[in-house]
Amino acid sequence: MSSSKKIRVLVAKPGLDGHDRGAKIVARALRDAGMEVIYTGLRQTPEMIVEAAISEDVNVIGMSILSGAHNALFPKVIDLLKAEGVDNILVIGGGIIPQDDVPALKAAGIAEVFGPGTPLAEIVGYIESNVKL
Amino acid sequence: MPATKLVKGVLKGNRRDLARLITLIENEHSSAATALSMLYKHTGNAHIVGVTGPPGSGKSTLVTRITAKYRKRSKTIGIVCVDPSSPFTGGALLGDRIRMQEHSLDKDVYVRSMSTRGHLGGLARATSDAVRVMDAFGKDIVIVETVGAGQSEVQVVEVAHTVIVVDVPGAGDDIQAIKAGIMEIADIFVVNKADYPGADKKVTEINAMLDLDSRERSWRPPVLVTNALTGDGIPELVDMIGKHMSYLQETGLLKQKGLQRSRDELEQIMEYKLTKELFTRLRGTPEYEQAIKKIAGRNDDPYSVAERLIAEFLTSVRG
Repeated sequence: MSSSKKIRVLVAKPGLDGHDRGAKIVARALRDAGMEVIYTGLRQTPEMIVEAAISEDVNVIGMSILSGAHNALFPKVIDLLKAEGVDNILVIGGGIIPQDDVPALKAAGIAEVFGPGTPLAEIVGYIESNVKL
Repeated sequence: MPATKLVKGVLKGNRRDLARLITLIENEHSSAATALSMLYKHTGNAHIVGVTGPPGSGKSTLVTRITAKYRKRSKTIGIVCVDPSSPFTGGALLGDRIRMQEHSLDKDVYVRSMSTRGHLGGLARATSDAVRVMDAFGKDIVIVETVGAGQSEVQVVEVAHTVIVVDVPGAGDDIQAIKAGIMEIADIFVVNKADYPGADKKVTEINAMLDLDSRERSWRPPVLVTNALTGDGIPELVDMIGKHMSYLQETGLLKQKGLQRSRDELEQIMEYKLTKELFTRLRGTPEYEQAIKKIAGRNDDPYSVAERLIAEFLTSVRG
């Protein structure tokens, strides 16, 4: 029997900011690239994000934060995934993230950080070449 | 991961194994059929409830409310929400979880979003098998939310014991209510968004349609009114779902439906396997391509070619 795999992506908004236009645009771009995108809506805790990622068996988590809480929330998601023994999910981030914060986030396990103005094709390309199916 | 290990995990209540097995089923992975056949004897215990209706009628919110009510009654819940895939890219945006956040940390509620992956009928090809896995996992109630359905997305009736058709005030006149298709599959009608003007009129139209139903039925689908946002009408709806199950049990219809379902399913699996076998042999062979060219050039016709190819296939199978 042939196997047809699809890239499944969870697009999540951790924390308290209420602006998800960027997240929705990225979700749409990934959809148009043939991926299955699960969008969970605003104000997610890291626990909710990890729970959804496991239930939906996604290959990628893409998080967007505009509030400045990325240094706390992004690494928390990574820690919770590790605690659940999940090591096959590609975790990427985006939003208003100062360049100075990026090295520490990468060291914490965020594979890549995409700031404002990133061409959508770049995000799609990054996922396609780095996802583990 | 081998099927046996996943099956063990599912039977032990491991949610991650449940999620992985559903992925294998969706991807039509070769080990999925093995896993399903191992799980089969553990199924048949869940009450499967289908929720269908037009896009934006409040299905996801309604499912969330029903789930909350069931959780108060200590029932465990599995939910499959189906959204359409793009006919152009095959991608999909699955947004039903947005409404279901209040259950996101409840370990006894499992939600799985599913793309139709091009399948028509309101469900994905993998939906009924995913339902089965949740049943084997031990969920008391499995809710299947279809894609936003128009008129002929009626496949949910093949999967669910109880079908809820959700409608909203102001959508269409009484002619819509007497059209064939989705209006015929309901066990329970729900007029959601009860605070909108026209809710009473909608109830009257559906009841008038039911008055004209010539089928001999001892269960007349009740028409309930809900407001999924405030929760009005939800306890009555959950009671009615239970009442419908008791009706199916008491009248023997549950057994009868089970037999019919087993028959349909066996035939579907055989049909799928047979055609797959046939096409694996045919596709790509020069004779097959030649035959297609002949048909296109009007030197042969598809009817007799089909007869001939199937006859040849059967002979080769008999060996």
